[in-house]
Amino acid sequence: MKAFSYSRPDSVRDAVAGVAADREAKFLAGGTNLVDLMRLGVERPDALIDVRHLLGHDIEPTADGGLLVGSGVANSDLAVDPRVRQAYPVLSQALLSGASGQLRNAATVGGNLLQRTRCVYFQDVTKPCNKRQPGSGCPAREGSHRDLGILGTSEACIATHPSDMAVALAAVDATVHLTGPGGERTVRLEQLYRLPGDDPSRDTTLEHAELITAVQLPPPSALYRSSRYRKVRDRASFAFAVGSIAAAMVIDDGLVREVRIAFGAVAPRPWRAHTAEDALRGQPADAADFAAAIAAELELAEPLRDNAFKVDLTRRMGAAVLTELAEAQQQGSGR
Amino acid sequence: MAALRTGQPDDPTVSTVGIRVNDEMSELTVDNRTSLLDALREHLGLTGAKKGCDHGQCGACTVLIDGRRANSCLQLAVMVDGQDVTTIEGLGAAEDLHPVQRAFLDRDAYQCGYCTPGQICSAVGAIAEAGAGWPSAVTPADSLGIEGTAGLDASEVRERMSGNLCRCAAYVNIVPAVLDAAREVSA
Repeated sequence: MKAFSYSRPDSVRDAVAGVAADREAKFLAGGTNLVDLMRLGVERPDALIDVRHLLGHDIEPTADGGLLVGSGVANSDLAVDPRVRQAYPVLSQALLSGASGQLRNAATVGGNLLQRTRCVYFQDVTKPCNKRQPGSGCPAREGSHRDLGILGTSEACIATHPSDMAVALAAVDATVHLTGPGGERTVRLEQLYRLPGDDPSRDTTLEHAELITAVQLPPPSALYRSSRYRKVRDRASFAFAVGSIAAAMVIDDGLVREVRIAFGAVAPRPWRAHTAEDALRGQPADAADFAAAIAAELELAEPLRDNAFKVDLTRRMGAAVLTELAEAQQQGSGR
Repeated sequence: MAALRTGQPDDPTVSTVGIRVNDEMSELTVDNRTSLLDALREHLGLTGAKKGCDHGQCGACTVLIDGRRANSCLQLAVMVDGQDVTTIEGLGAAEDLHPVQRAFLDRDAYQCGYCTPGQICSAVGAIAEAGAGWPSAVTPADSLGIEGTAGLDASEVRERMSGNLCRCAAYVNIVPAVLDAAREVSA
C-alpha cells in the first residue's frame, strides 16, 4: 500500500477544500471498499480526508413527508429503520441482502453508492483494465465476464455496479445531495452514475472533491409501500448479485396504475427500466404482459459468450416479482 | 479521550492514536497504513483476532467497535481513534467465560479454531442486533423486525452469521451454539 497522510477536518467545507487542493487525495468514510482497494493497489491516494464524523448520521423527516438520510448513516441502521421498513420495503430488503452484518455496520450510505465494480480484472493490478488504467484494454470481453454487464456497457468496459442499495434507491426515485468546491447541488440517483462509453475510468458524474452529504427519499406512497427486492446469487447469503430487481407497482381495477423497475448486476449503474415501465403503465396486470415489457427493455442488451443467461434470468425474475406484487395487492395485503 | 495527532513533525504518514481496547486506553504511534487488526495483533499483542483473508470476506478478524461487530482488517487504526474496541480477549476470562464462549465449548462449535474468535465476536454482535429487534434478509418482509433474541431460529442465525466463514465447516455446531447463547443472554 502506498503511504498516505490522514486527517480529520472540522467541517465539510474544510474537507472539500482539502480534497480539492490535491488530485491524489480521497475522502474516507466507512473504508470497507476503499481500504480494500488500497491494499490491492487499485487505489493509491496520497492523502485520506476522513469525513465519517462530519457526515450526517441521522434519518430525518423532510417537510414533504419523505426522509433525508445522512450519507454517514450505516447501511445497517438504514436497513432496520422502521420508517424505511414500512414505507420503502424494497430499500430495507436490498440493504439486508447486501454484504455481511459486520460490513453493513461499517459501510456508510454515501460509500455504498460510490463503491467500485467487483470485476476481477479491475481488482487485479497485474491485468489490463480500461477502468483502472485507461487505454490498457479489457480482457473481460474475451475472458471472465459471466458476472458482468449486458446493458449500458461499451467496447471499453463491461463492468457492473455492485450495490444492492442503489438499485432500490433508483426504484424509489431517490435524490442525492452533493457538496463540492462549486457549492451544493442535488441530482436524481440515476444521474449520479455515468455509462462508460470510451472513458470507463469515471463511474459517476461527481467532480473531484464533490461529497455526497445525504440521500433523500420522496414522500411515502402506495407505490413505494408496494415494493420488493429480489436478488439472485450463487450463495444463499454474503454474495454479490448475479442479477437483481427492485420493483414497485400499484394496480387499479386490474390495470397497472404506476410502476417502478430497476435492475442490478446487469449494467454499470442501477438500470432503471423506463422502457418496460412505459410499456406497462395502463396495461393489464398479468404475467405475460410483465414478461413482454421486460423483454422490450432487454432488446438493448448486448450479452457476451458467458453472460447471455442474464437476459433470460432478468426477464423471468422481473416477471415473477411483478406477478408477486400484483398478487399481493389483489389479496389486499398491499406488500 | 481521543489522542489523535495526525502527522509527525518529520513524517505526515505517521499518526498517534488513542484507542480504548478491552476497557484499557492505549496510545499508539502507527504508520497510517496500519489496519486495526495489525494494531491489535502486532502493536498490542492481542492475537485473538485472526487475519484470514485481509479483505473483509472471511470474518476471522471480527471485533466489536463501540459495541458493534466489524471487520478489523478494513478499519485503519487511525479511523478508530477515540473509539472503544472489544476483542475476544476482552469478552471473558478462562475462569469467567462469556456465554457465547461457554456455548461454543459446550457445543463443540469449532475444529481447528482459527475462525472461532471472529465467530464468537460476530455472534455477540448478532445477538445484540437481534435483541434490538433488527430484521435480517430472511425475516418476513411484512414485519418490522424480530421479537428480540427469542425471534432467532437456525435460519436467522445462518443468515446473520454469513460474514464468518469456517473452512472446517463447523457450522452444524456453531448454529446451535449461537442459539444457546442467545437464550442465555436474553434470560
